[in-house]
Amino acid sequence: MDVLVYLIPVSLGLGLLGLGAFWWTLRSRQYDDPEGDKHRILRTDYDEHPKE
Amino acid sequence: MAMAEQTGPAACPGCLVGPEIARRADEGRRGEGGTVQLALPTIHCAACISGVERGLLDMPGVNDVRVNLTRKRATVRVADGLEPSALVSRLAALGYEAQPLDTATLSASESDRTARDLLMRLGVAGFAMMNVMLLSVAVWSGATDATRDLFHWLSAMIALPTVLYSAQPFFRSAAGALRGRRLNMDVPISLAIGLAVGMSLFETINHGEHAYFDAALSLTFFLLAGRVLDQKTRGAARSAAAELAALESPVALRLGTEGAETVRLSEVAVGDLLSVRPGARVPVDGVVTEGESEIDRAFLTGETDPVPVGTGAELRAGEVNLTGLLTLQATAVGEDTLLHGLADLVSVAEEAKSRYTSLADRAARIYAPLVHLLALVGFIVWIAATGDARVALGVAVSLLIITCPCALGLAVPAVSTVSSGRLYRQGLLVKHGTALERLAEVDAVVFDKTGTLTLGRPSLVAAEDVPAETLALAAALAQGSDHPRSRAVVAAAEGRGLALPEVTELTELPGYGVSALYRGERVQLGRADWLGSEGSGTVLAREGVAIVSFAFRDDLRPGAAQLVATLKTRGLPVRLLSGDGEGPVRDLAQSLGIEDWRAGMLPGEKAEDVARMAEAGRKVLMVGDGLNDVGALAQAHVSIAPASALEAARVAADVVLVSPDLSRVAEALRIARIARRRILENFSIAALYNAIAIPLAFAGLATPLSAAIAMSSSSIMVSLNALRSR
Repeated sequence: MDVLVYLIPVSLGLGLLGLGAFWWTLRSRQYDDPEGDKHRILRTDYDEHPKE
Repeated sequence: MAMAEQTGPAACPGCLVGPEIARRADEGRRGEGGTVQLALPTIHCAACISGVERGLLDMPGVNDVRVNLTRKRATVRVADGLEPSALVSRLAALGYEAQPLDTATLSASESDRTARDLLMRLGVAGFAMMNVMLLSVAVWSGATDATRDLFHWLSAMIALPTVLYSAQPFFRSAAGALRGRRLNMDVPISLAIGLAVGMSLFETINHGEHAYFDAALSLTFFLLAGRVLDQKTRGAARSAAAELAALESPVALRLGTEGAETVRLSEVAVGDLLSVRPGARVPVDGVVTEGESEIDRAFLTGETDPVPVGTGAELRAGEVNLTGLLTLQATAVGEDTLLHGLADLVSVAEEAKSRYTSLADRAARIYAPLVHLLALVGFIVWIAATGDARVALGVAVSLLIITCPCALGLAVPAVSTVSSGRLYRQGLLVKHGTALERLAEVDAVVFDKTGTLTLGRPSLVAAEDVPAETLALAAALAQGSDHPRSRAVVAAAEGRGLALPEVTELTELPGYGVSALYRGERVQLGRADWLGSEGSGTVLAREGVAIVSFAFRDDLRPGAAQLVATLKTRGLPVRLLSGDGEGPVRDLAQSLGIEDWRAGMLPGEKAEDVARMAEAGRKVLMVGDGLNDVGALAQAHVSIAPASALEAARVAADVVLVSPDLSRVAEALRIARIARRRILENFSIAALYNAIAIPLAFAGLATPLSAAIAMSSSSIMVSLNALRSR
């Protein structure tokens, strides 16, 4: 059972990583224009004006 | 295309100044130019994004463009001196409809922040719920003694901060309700979360067998999901309403000592001289001191025919100046205008609407006291039977958790989010929180005529009977005028593909008509009485002799006939109330098959009529656009205004029809009924779950595992059912 000492922090760390990623998407306003973004990603022309 | 100013460490004190000045100048330049927001109601695809962005970037003076497809808006950074109207005409040339928005009115940052805040709380709750549930697996699969304690302590360390952070909205709202000596849904929710966490902590400290951390967290998560959906719907409605308000920037052209200046409407005082251009709306009530023109009063009275005005004529705010430049002396501004007089009427009716109890409120009113009572009874019964406070408290907590309105909290927001989204795609904006439910109850429909069932725009009657040469000549004359009838003549000529003859010395006499020289002869197009002819029509004259008289009619809005037919097949009584004269109203009613119509109604009479129908127990849907409809719109059970309506009417209406197609109203009624049915179904699902789970919890048979499973599965069922309304 000693392995728990490593496994629990690792699993929690991975979870926190996911939470951090979610926090980042929120901070960089990736939920402002879901409609537009889903079309933009498939455009052939290079997006020279990414959102700041 | 902002240039990044990278300033490295300065080599000398003087070096600091240079970049600093450059930076300030750059900021100043950016400050001088501005940001323009454009509403783009017609964009829908990837090609539209590229088209708008590339099209605008090609214009000199445009620094940056970003299209938001979700909000159907573009944010454009422009250099100084570039008018928004130039952007609009450029987009019109590319085939995109655009309207400039007043940036000052659009400050949706507050609701944006709340939405992001709620989403973050949801994310944290979701993370914690997943981890605690995984840790609980160990406990459920038989961990004992020290191992079980370890997992309980780990869960506690995750759950405590999470509940403190994520469940804050519930705690705050519950505290607010208790302070006001009321009970709302958040009181049992807060009690359940608080008690569950508290009792689990107590059990953990005393090496107990069961902890409810996962139940407390999943409760928080599912309820927050409901909150997020709710906020999303209301945020969308609010931003849509703000957008509508921003469409008409309230400005007036004031004539001062140094010429004309554009001022905000709030700065106009009684006695000020204002200039009203042809095509512009009259900003305040006033008297004409100079100029002659014709005025479109359709918004105010419902009459379709323009009214000639001259010096001394009284104008009301909201009327549209058609042909000539007018100078107006303000006699009433702001609160005193007729336009604002109607606002009182609206606010009284708004209050009545806010008293409407939604299905969710009605459910909560029964539910909240019941839950508390049930938990209390459970506690008393068990303490009487066993004398063990710990067991009794356990039963009370599991009762609270199981009966907690998880499904209830999701039942309504999930359905209204899905339905509002669907209505939005159909071109309808739901502005009011309970509008969807009220729409589902409608059993009678009242229409306004001008601008609602019709386009409020004249078109030439029997254009194909007019000789080609005559029509072409009339169109050549009409080209120089912005009068709606002139535009109708030009449109008729274009419709027949006629080549317009050349005319010279084209002049417009505001309020009367147009005259020009054609092959050396004087030709005139204008009001019949101006050209010495009888009637109110428009006449084409050559050398002072009338040769042809044009008649006009107000065309039906697309989908109007279809809508009336659909409503009749569904058995909904339809009534037409118009301020226009009897003749045109009768013609229109007959062509649409409406038997119940009234003409010459004053604004007050319309509202009274709707109120009488309401007294007779009718739930009236009012569809109207004019100032004369505002009272009726506010009075009706639920109301719809087309986007072309006057601002006051759009404010009074619960739903705004953005699409030009009127038949979408029938679709809205159908979607609203489906939404209501789904909400009721969701309530039944939640009730069924409770009916099974409550006896189990009461008997002390509910373990944390069964509580967590029951709650999650009922929430998922409810959400899936809501998605069916798509």
